[in-house]
Amino acid sequence: MSTTPPDDRRYSREHEWVRVEGAVAMIGITSFAADELGDIVYVELPEVGARLTQFSSFGVVESVKAVSDLFAPVSGEVAEVNGDLRTSPELLNTDPFGSGWIAKVTLGDPAEMDKLMDAAAYAELTAG
Amino acid sequence: MTEAPALLRHTPLHASHLALQARMVPYAGYEMPVQYTSIIDEHRTVRSAVGLFDLSHMGEIHLSGPEALAFVRYAVVSDPGLLEPGQAQYSMLCAPDGGIIDDVIVYRVEDGYLIVCNAANHDAVLAQLQSLGGRGDFDVQVSDRSDETALIAPQGPKAAELLARLTDLDLSTLGNYRSIQGRVAGTECLVARTGYTGEDGFELFCAARRAQRLWDALISTGEDLGLRPCGLGSRDTLRLEAGMPLYGNELDRSVNPYEANLGRVVKLEKGEFVGRGALAAVQQTGPQRKLVGLVMRDEAIARHGYPVLVDGTEAGSVTSGTLSPTLGERIAMAYLPAARAAVGAAVEVLVRERPHPAEQVKLPFYRRPKPDAA
Repeated sequence: MSTTPPDDRRYSREHEWVRVEGAVAMIGITSFAADELGDIVYVELPEVGARLTQFSSFGVVESVKAVSDLFAPVSGEVAEVNGDLRTSPELLNTDPFGSGWIAKVTLGDPAEMDKLMDAAAYAELTAG
Repeated sequence: MTEAPALLRHTPLHASHLALQARMVPYAGYEMPVQYTSIIDEHRTVRSAVGLFDLSHMGEIHLSGPEALAFVRYAVVSDPGLLEPGQAQYSMLCAPDGGIIDDVIVYRVEDGYLIVCNAANHDAVLAQLQSLGGRGDFDVQVSDRSDETALIAPQGPKAAELLARLTDLDLSTLGNYRSIQGRVAGTECLVARTGYTGEDGFELFCAARRAQRLWDALISTGEDLGLRPCGLGSRDTLRLEAGMPLYGNELDRSVNPYEANLGRVVKLEKGEFVGRGALAAVQQTGPQRKLVGLVMRDEAIARHGYPVLVDGTEAGSVTSGTLSPTLGERIAMAYLPAARAAVGAAVEVLVRERPHPAEQVKLPFYRRPKPDAA
């Protein structure tokens, strides 16, 4: 069962979240997305320094059964990736909003946040 | 996501799958459970305890009549003439050009032969059998019992213990690829010691209207054995570890049995059968390509359709691949030119435009431990 999306962040239609702390945006996938994918066994992380473009593919997540693209919820430069996912990709299933974060990026354009949903709107999107 | 097909069929256990909150997916025209909780957990349950599969989507076609044996010998590539009552064999129907129409299990039952085929190929198999039977060369009746038949498969090292609680049948004398008619939990079944998981296990064929009762009895009786319902997702990873082909991945109309390492199934010496000429020619020259096992040597997972490179040049493609839950390795099967198929040889798999190292290995990837001699 997916957990309620926290209201300290914003959400894309592709089921990624972004939480902004100052100039840094932490991004990940939602518990809804993780549940849909099933057991996640591999995450192809972006390189540090890579430039992400909002709503464009920046990596790949693989479940036992399928391969799915990761889409950047915001544009920016990758400052850090979650190396724990290399050895424990299942963190995306067990704690997608916390220790299963994927990357931290330096936010390119804060106005992009307006194109994302708040928790209530996202919860509505994924309901039923 | 593709648009939902207009009408997906349901098995007799559909309501149970929904009640168990299975994730349902379209498969071969049916809405089927791909997983109930987790593919990995379900996979491990079958390797360590017992998993329960609803396979009622599969096709059951019954052959009877005075010339049923001659007919089935002509229709399939194996030799069902070798079957005693209560025995079964893995087989295939091939087209005249040797391409595989479907892989099936042929059971010799009391009143004829039962052919169990893949749901996705049900129509093609039925059409082939009806067309061969309709020529008037054989006094045979082909009857499609797919809709009236449910198939429930308890699979895993504790499957026999589970079943023994629910039947008076002597399972200790029921060997692999054997079947027996009898009651399980009060339901009349054809009990077959067959499966598609690489573990010990059974396939229980019963009347569709009795399926719910049987399923419920198995679920409640198996609880203390660690039984879980298992979906098609784990069925796929289990069969892949066991090196078993899946129609649509390893097998299709463009593949002949020799290419798929199934030449042992083909009995050219039994006399005329559909595909014999073409298959005899392949047997003479050897297949041009061969199905091989691959283990990835880095973190990448090979998937269906990914190109395989030999000496840096595209030479074949992956048919199935996953992270093996049992072995923790990234396993795959692929077709390569026969001359390049060699256990131990290095190849590369192109994953998202980048080559990743892999090694050819012997199939199967997983073989179940022999039971203790105790």
